[in-house]
Parts: sequence; structure tokens; C-alpha cells
Amino acid sequence: MVTVDNLTVSYRQHPALHHISGQFATGSLTAVIGPNGSGKSTLLKSIVGLLKPSSGRVQVNTPHERIAYLPQMTEIDRSFPMQVSDCVLLGCWSAVGALGGVSAKMLARAEAAIHTVGLAGFEHRAVGSLSSGQFQRVLFARLLMQDADLILLDEPFNAMDSRTTAALLALIKQWQAQGRTVIAVLHDDEQVKEHFGQTVMLARELVDWGETAQVLTVSNLQRARALAEAWDDNAEICRTDEGQTDKDHTNEVSA
Amino acid sequence: MMDLWDVIVGPFTEFAFMRRALVATLALAVSAAPMGVFLTLRRMSLLGDALSHAVLPGVAVAFMLFGLSLPAMALGGVVAGLVVAAVAGVVSRATPLKEDASLAAMYLVALAVGVMLISRQGSQLDLLHILFGSALGVDAKGLLLVAGVASVSVIALAALYRGLVLEAFDPVFLAATAGRSWLRRGWIWQQIFLMLVVVNLVAGFQTLGTLMAVGLMMLPAVSARLWHDNLSAQLVNASLQAAMAGTAGLLLSYHLDTPSGPTIIGCAGVLYAVSLLISPSGWLPQVLKRPHRVG
Repeated sequence: MVTVDNLTVSYRQHPALHHISGQFATGSLTAVIGPNGSGKSTLLKSIVGLLKPSSGRVQVNTPHERIAYLPQMTEIDRSFPMQVSDCVLLGCWSAVGALGGVSAKMLARAEAAIHTVGLAGFEHRAVGSLSSGQFQRVLFARLLMQDADLILLDEPFNAMDSRTTAALLALIKQWQAQGRTVIAVLHDDEQVKEHFGQTVMLARELVDWGETAQVLTVSNLQRARALAEAWDDNAEICRTDEGQTDKDHTNEVSA
Repeated sequence: MMDLWDVIVGPFTEFAFMRRALVATLALAVSAAPMGVFLTLRRMSLLGDALSHAVLPGVAVAFMLFGLSLPAMALGGVVAGLVVAAVAGVVSRATPLKEDASLAAMYLVALAVGVMLISRQGSQLDLLHILFGSALGVDAKGLLLVAGVASVSVIALAALYRGLVLEAFDPVFLAATAGRSWLRRGWIWQQIFLMLVVVNLVAGFQTLGTLMAVGLMMLPAVSARLWHDNLSAQLVNASLQAAMAGTAGLLLSYHLDTPSGPTIIGCAGVLYAVSLLISPSGWLPQVLKRPHRVG
């Protein structure tokens, strides 16, 4: 579904992600973990196309309209006068666009989505009147509306009570059962162990990528912490890609 | 009773220029005030002010080339405003500068150029006229311009409402789900919106002047936000307040012999003060502790 090929993304010449390669299989459920500043959000943003790679590339095996992305909560203005049902209906944007009509079927789906996340009765409340956790559930309902093949979640359970988290985890597993690909940035190692089959561990470099049981080891965690804490303002220019350009070129010709 | 009639309706029945001024102001109220609501939602309340200065060089160049011709000056203003908005937009997308910073830089340059142009060619009086306008001097042609712009702007707002709301509410969502269709790209919505703002400001510049046109756009919008937590209600409320301020302002300026633009904005200011006092998010409901519900 998603192929990450030697991906480097930099802010002012300093890499947030450094030569990452790997593959998210279709229908897989992957957790992305790592210390603060290890490039987890950057990876999701590169997959969804919000950030341009400074080298390497990301290939996504589905049309852009079929990707759903839930950013970290802090990026939305909640004082906006928008009611819950309208916010959820925005999930049809990629289907109906700016001018298309919203059908009765979509309205029914929106109602069902609001019901699924446990917010029945809140349809006409302003999003500003909800708590952070309730608002996050509204965004989950919008994800449900989007009906996407590839779902990217950036710290989806922040500010959520344990019951809601359990309900939404069940929802995520249901998505996987339907054959959707889910990638989630998470902090809770126990949660990852229990629910996520695959894990990517980042510390700007790729620490490990594979079965969760093999990735979540003490030695990997220590390595990740050590890598993330190393920061050099005057780090040398990276030479990893030099000499590879010829090889890449021949590969493309033979393909 | 008859006296009141004479005071309120008399000026409009008696004088054609008062009727034209009234129609122009009402048209502006309907089209410009909703733009103000969108500006406050995007936390760009001061952008109208910046853009109103940015149109100046265009108006000045048109004035130099074609004299006091309204269509030419309006067109020049629109072009200058759009260029400033577009360049600022490109800069904010290509650099880490935020939109407000790049726009502040651009409009200050435009304003300086505009003032230089005007002072080389015209007198201070012309500058005053452009900055403050005169609703009472609107002729049939000017009325047509204002009405035309208002109609186009209201229709465009209605047709493009969904995209404009989405881009203001959650631009990251829009960017992340943007497909191939050009109508799904964030910067297009931003430019369409800025275009509507510029056009509305220029439509207001003969009636109210470039500076005062911003007042009719922003003041009712800001007070409307105090009344409702629902966007459509805010839009209607803003237009109504602008229409009330426009009508009351024209009457006051007629009776007190004050300039029409500032009087209209003054009335909008009074409505804002009233909103601050008695609206649901205002002062009075906070003082009068209303009983709370059980759930």
C-alpha cells in the first residue's frame, strides 16, 4: 500500500527523517513509535503529501482521495462556529467536492458515524462546546465518513478517557478487518503490544521496522533514546546518497 | 408622528442622491459584512485594513491616466489589491513567513507607492476623497458598479460557501484530501476569498472611501460573532447590523451635516457597543447570573 524508499525530510538542512526505507502492506495495522522529535508526524505528513521529501520518495498505492489523515489535535481552531453534524459531513468532501450535493444516504451515514463514536444527541452542538476528547471523537466520525483505504492517525488517543480509547481501538481493528490500511503514531507501548501487529520505531533514523514483538525490545528502545538525544548544530553534510544516483538510474531503465 | 416620518423617511423621498446613497449602502451591507465574518474566522480581522491600503497605487495610477473616472479607478484598485494579495500568498507559501507577515510587508510597500504617486500628480484633496469617499455623491453609474459587485459577490459566496468554510476551518484537512480537481486546492480558495474581499473594498471606496469601507466590512462582523455560535446566523446578523448602521448613518449625516462614511461607521460602532453590552456573549448576561439547567 505504501512504499517508503530512502526517504529524507529536512527542516533547514537538519533531517527530521534520515534515509528511511520500508513498506506498509495493504490491510496492515502499524504503530509508529519513538521519542519526541523522532520524526513520527513527519513520516505521516510525507505519506499524505503535506511535506516534500528532500531526497528519496514515498509511493502510495491508492488515489489521493482515498487517504484519510487525522493530524494532532492542536492544529484545528475549535472556536470556529461549526456544528458537529456539519463537521462530520465534511468527510464527504473528497466525494462531493465544492459544488456537489449531499445525498440523503450521506446524511444517514453521518448520523450513523456520530452514533458509532458515541455522540448521538450532540449533532447540533457547536464544536467549541465539546471537550477535547469529544472533539477527537467528532474527527473520528469524519474519518468514518471518508471511507478511505489508507488511514493515518497522529496520536489519536491524546486527551481520551480509557473507555473511549477502547471503543476507538475496536473501531480501528474493524477497519483492518475491512481490508483498510491503518498507520497510527502512538506513545503507549502496552497499547502497541496488545493491538498493533506491525511497528515502526523511529529516532530520526529508522531503528527497526517489523513485527511488534521483534521491534519493541529493550535494546531497540535504548538505541532510539540515544539516537534522539544526539543533536549537533554543525553536523556534517550527509554523503549517503552520493554514488547511488547511477545505481538508481540503471534500476529505472531496467524497470 | 408626522415629524418622525419627516425625519426618517423624508430625506429619502425628497432627494434622489439620498436614495442612491441608501441603495448603495444597503448593497454593500449585504455583500461586504459576510466577508468580514469570514475574515474574523480566519483571525485575519486586520487584513481588510491592509488590503484597503494596498488598492491605493492602482487607484492612483488609474487617476493619473484617466482622471476622475470611476470604472478606471475601481479597476486599478482591484488589480493592485489582487496583485498584493497574490504576491503575499505566494511568499507565505514559499517561505516560513506567515500570511500576516508577508501581507504586512506587501501592503506597506503598496501604500508608500500609492501616496508617492498621488502626491506627485494630484492634490491632497484627491487623496482625501479616495480615502474617505462620499456616499452622497454616488451617481447612477457608481450605483450600478456597487450593485453589480454586491450581486456577484453574494452569488459567489453562496456558490463557493462549502470550500470557503472548509479552508477557514481546517486547511490541513483540505490539503490532505485535495484531489486532482483544481477546486480542491487550498491556495485557490484563499485567493478566491481574497479576491472577493478586494472587490468588496473597491466597491465601497466611492461610497465610503477605502478606509471606511473596511469599517462596514469588519465592525458588524465582529459584533455578529458575539450573538451566535452558528455561522449562517452570524452572516445574516452581520448584514443586518451593517444595513441598520448604513441607514441610520445616512440619516444622521443628512441631519447633522457630517461626512457620510465616518457617520455610518460610527453607527456601526454604536451597534458594536450595544452588542458588547447585551449580546449572549456580552457583559450583561455575565452579570445577570442565569439559572443553569440540570443537564
